[in-house]
Amino acid sequence: MASQEVKLLSLWVSPFGHRVEWALKLKGVEYEYIEEDIFNKSHLLLELNPVHKKVPVLIHHGKVILESLLILEYLDEKWKEFPLLPQDPYEKAIVRFWANFGEAKLLRPGWPALRSQGDEKEKALKLWIEDLEKIEGELKGKKFFGGETIGYLDLAMGWISYMLPVWEEVGCSTILDPKKFPSITAWTEKFLSHPVIKENLPPRDKMVVWFEKRIKEPFSAQ
Amino acid sequence: MATGDVKLLGAGASPYVNRVQIALNIKSENYEFLEEKLGSKSELLLKSNPIHKKIPVLIHDDKPICESLVIVQYIDDVWTSGPSILPSDPYDRAIARFWAAYVDDKWFPLMKELRMAEGEEAKAAAIEKIVEVLVVLEEAFVKCSKGKAFFGGDSIGFLDIAFGSFLGWLKVTEKMGEMRLLSEAKTPNLVEWAERFCCDDAVKDVLPKTEKLIEIFKIMQARAKAPPSN
Repeated sequence: MASQEVKLLSLWVSPFGHRVEWALKLKGVEYEYIEEDIFNKSHLLLELNPVHKKVPVLIHHGKVILESLLILEYLDEKWKEFPLLPQDPYEKAIVRFWANFGEAKLLRPGWPALRSQGDEKEKALKLWIEDLEKIEGELKGKKFFGGETIGYLDLAMGWISYMLPVWEEVGCSTILDPKKFPSITAWTEKFLSHPVIKENLPPRDKMVVWFEKRIKEPFSAQ
Repeated sequence: MATGDVKLLGAGASPYVNRVQIALNIKSENYEFLEEKLGSKSELLLKSNPIHKKIPVLIHDDKPICESLVIVQYIDDVWTSGPSILPSDPYDRAIARFWAAYVDDKWFPLMKELRMAEGEEAKAAAIEKIVEVLVVLEEAFVKCSKGKAFFGGDSIGFLDIAFGSFLGWLKVTEKMGEMRLLSEAKTPNLVEWAERFCCDDAVKDVLPKTEKLIEIFKIMQARAKAPPSN
């Protein structure tokens, strides 16, 4: 059956998992969702991803594909509906570059920066905001990162629209000032009103509770 | 596709630059090599890669492409008449990309850790971690190569380039530390693969000789107190 061909092992609050779910839904791919408890990792996860022991994990006809951005590329190569990456090699290189940038400079250090305190937080946020300004620059004049429709880079940056506001609330800091980031602010609105994105977001109050719990625990990379 | 004007901004001693050189060689593509001087950044580099200010940068018909693995994929996408660098099957491509990211994110930082380690105990601990990772890559090699000569099969591919580009510096680390990281005991396949890789036509004139890299390492060490360049 179609839905057994594709399985996704993920965590309900993982932005890495969300982008894979959006891609699957945009492409109309049926899949079975398996929730993983990352604080009590299953044998399945350890077997499927022994190297990193992380979600999301995509399983297609028994083959395992890891790392959310690589999963997006895989999905785009296997399912031609709703293309995510540009066809042009140069445009493709540009979105890959920015996706890597977003991952390394914004997504991964984002929560650690916002949950930190005092001088450490001030220092971390200053650098972080400088990097967010580069994304603002990249988005200028565009409706979406992908142009007229959402694409790979919108999915890669999607966490900014719904997860960053939660981190801001829990971390008691305002970063996405509409005056400073008009393009990102406008993009957030459009991105969140896309029917597939809108229908596939984790509940905000549940996210707030989750991150409030995390802020009380010592930080450990997941 | 028209080949156009190809320039590569880089330094011969950088494994990231070497990746791009190997990829261009596989495609038999001519290019102008613009050598960045150690310890300084040219106007062209700062203009072409304002975000990271790092080499390599490929400039194709005046359009800059940055990040070595992004560039290698770009080269594969553009020069389609030459041998393929990435596998054709999407699953195999995902695997190659996964392990290439592993090399950059897991293996390379450990090599840096070893370089910075002070004292025998710290060095031994770093070496142990590196060998563990190399054993993981050994297993990956067995799976990816499927009995053939390279990660990419009969000829060198994306993952061979991603990992193989570091062999020059790996040899420097082994020589200067008077030890082996790749060994017949723990990573026999990788030992043989390394030799094949370094002799490959697309590679042999790219990876600098160990003695030359040691010279460069000593210069970089001396400059270590100067403001960071890359």
